[in-house]
Amino acid sequence: MKKEKKEKKVSLFAETLARIWENGGARVGTVLFLLIVIVCVFAPIVAPYGPNDMDLTAMYKGPSLKHLFGTDGMGRDQLSRILYGGRYSLALGLCAAIVGSGVGAFIGSFAGYFGGKTETLIMRLMDIWSSLPSMLLCILISATLGAGFTNTVIALAVGNVPTGVRLIRGQILSERSKEYLEAAESINCSKSTIMFKHMLPNVISPIIVDMTMGIGMNITMAAALSYIGLGVQPPTPEWGAMLADARTHILNYPYLIMFPGIIIALTVLSINLIGDGLRDAMDPKLRK
Amino acid sequence: MSLLEVNNLKKYFKVPAGVNHAVDGISFTIDKGETLGVVGESGCGKSTLGRTIIHLQEATDGQICLNGEDITHVKGKDLKRVREKMQIVFQDPYSSLNSRFRIETTIEEPLKNSGRFKNKKELKQEAARLMNLVGIDERLRQSYPHELDGGRRQRVGIARALALNPEFIVCDEPVSALDVSIQAQVLNLLMDIQEQTGTAYMFVTHDLSVVRHISNNILVMYLGQMVEKAPTEELFEHTLHPYTKALLSAIPSTDIDHPMQRVQLKGEITSPINPAPGCRFAARCPYATEACREPQKPIEVSKGHFVSCCRVNEIN
Repeated sequence: MKKEKKEKKVSLFAETLARIWENGGARVGTVLFLLIVIVCVFAPIVAPYGPNDMDLTAMYKGPSLKHLFGTDGMGRDQLSRILYGGRYSLALGLCAAIVGSGVGAFIGSFAGYFGGKTETLIMRLMDIWSSLPSMLLCILISATLGAGFTNTVIALAVGNVPTGVRLIRGQILSERSKEYLEAAESINCSKSTIMFKHMLPNVISPIIVDMTMGIGMNITMAAALSYIGLGVQPPTPEWGAMLADARTHILNYPYLIMFPGIIIALTVLSINLIGDGLRDAMDPKLRK
Repeated sequence: MSLLEVNNLKKYFKVPAGVNHAVDGISFTIDKGETLGVVGESGCGKSTLGRTIIHLQEATDGQICLNGEDITHVKGKDLKRVREKMQIVFQDPYSSLNSRFRIETTIEEPLKNSGRFKNKKELKQEAARLMNLVGIDERLRQSYPHELDGGRRQRVGIARALALNPEFIVCDEPVSALDVSIQAQVLNLLMDIQEQTGTAYMFVTHDLSVVRHISNNILVMYLGQMVEKAPTEELFEHTLHPYTKALLSAIPSTDIDHPMQRVQLKGEITSPINPAPGCRFAARCPYATEACREPQKPIEVSKGHFVSCCRVNEIN
């Protein structure tokens, strides 16, 4: 009852944000993630060098004041490459998660809404779909379509579809039978009000959480794709590609693999923290 | 003229095995300020009857009249108008409230939908009046349903139903999900509201002691059909139908000198899917004869007391 004195009604969105902020882990995650996003977006301003500027007099230099994260075999500044690379990695992760979960949610709502044969057909297809290892599927699609940003997004998104379908179908099935929807009908709510004001908020939160968690997973997957040479092509900097380039020097120049690795881990960690916080914040039952 | 008149109402559902006769030819009337108790065992169609009247499901056949106006197949604007006069209180106060809406939002929603309140202040005032009427503390405005106990949630459900001053409310087992102590509170609340506003109730329940407490008339259902209908005291004093007798004999007695005389029914409840014509209770009725295989017409044995049994005079 601590919000008793606060008569002014805050919007659901603002309240959710406030509650994410109240959650310690999510707060750390948000700050970290925003920091990473901002420095990556403003890479041209922040980065000390261009991503592909070669300095052949400074190859394989360890971390120093001049090159904070050291340089690689072509004398390129690692820090700058990580900052520029983040634009691709983050965009890939974000797009793939949104496309994948979005398509999944769309198909899943068909299955949940229509039921019967449509549902059986969709769900069996999803069973087949998800029985293929997602990495394999991803490599397969990526290899077929070829490299490039859009194709990589498609390849990554495909792996996220079945989870989205399952999630939203299950949600719709469990919500559809609840009496509050009938109650809404009996008090003259229009069909769209029932759909968007009553049903959607109750089915959407697992999807949003799934999407958030998916971003982290997709960044790692994108890194893995680049690692085997199917993702973004050189010399474009990308976190996974940087790992791949550095792998042959792992014993001699460990910092080359360490820094991109740490950055990937930190990004995924921050996103997972946000996802956790978001799930708790969107459930009124967990409100303190 | 009665407030609500239901004539030969039928609601069939198509299921893979055939046609489920959930409600099969029910007729009754309810006057202003009156309560009709509808009793029967689980699956006899009593909830379906309520939902069909309130237009949550479309009637298959028959007629529903409100204040003399045939509202069986109203659509669009007319349906909206009719729904403002007829409301429903649901059985489960947990699933009948949207868990993401604050109490205030839930109660204000019907008010907003009616478009009668132009400014926010009036809306808030009306919501406050309703909360007051059903006995929810105003400080709970901003709470979510899960923060309330079952009784309070049901009060919120009642407030939502009362919001538009309906003339008629279907109470679909409104107390069966509540503790016994809270059941009494909610029942009393419903009766108080009826006294104040003159709302008519159709009270669906399987709890016979509750129905005796609250109803003016009682309608007993068995597998979608009316078995017996009478004013409350008449039904309890002069029970005529063998099924009603069995049902009433199941009420626990607190009188040591007159222990319960259970009428034990044999056999299983027959399927409501593609039922045979004739008395649906015949398969379990100790008095059944060939005549019971014919369709039964309700017989008025005394004023307002109807029995659907062709052997009513022989067996009593």
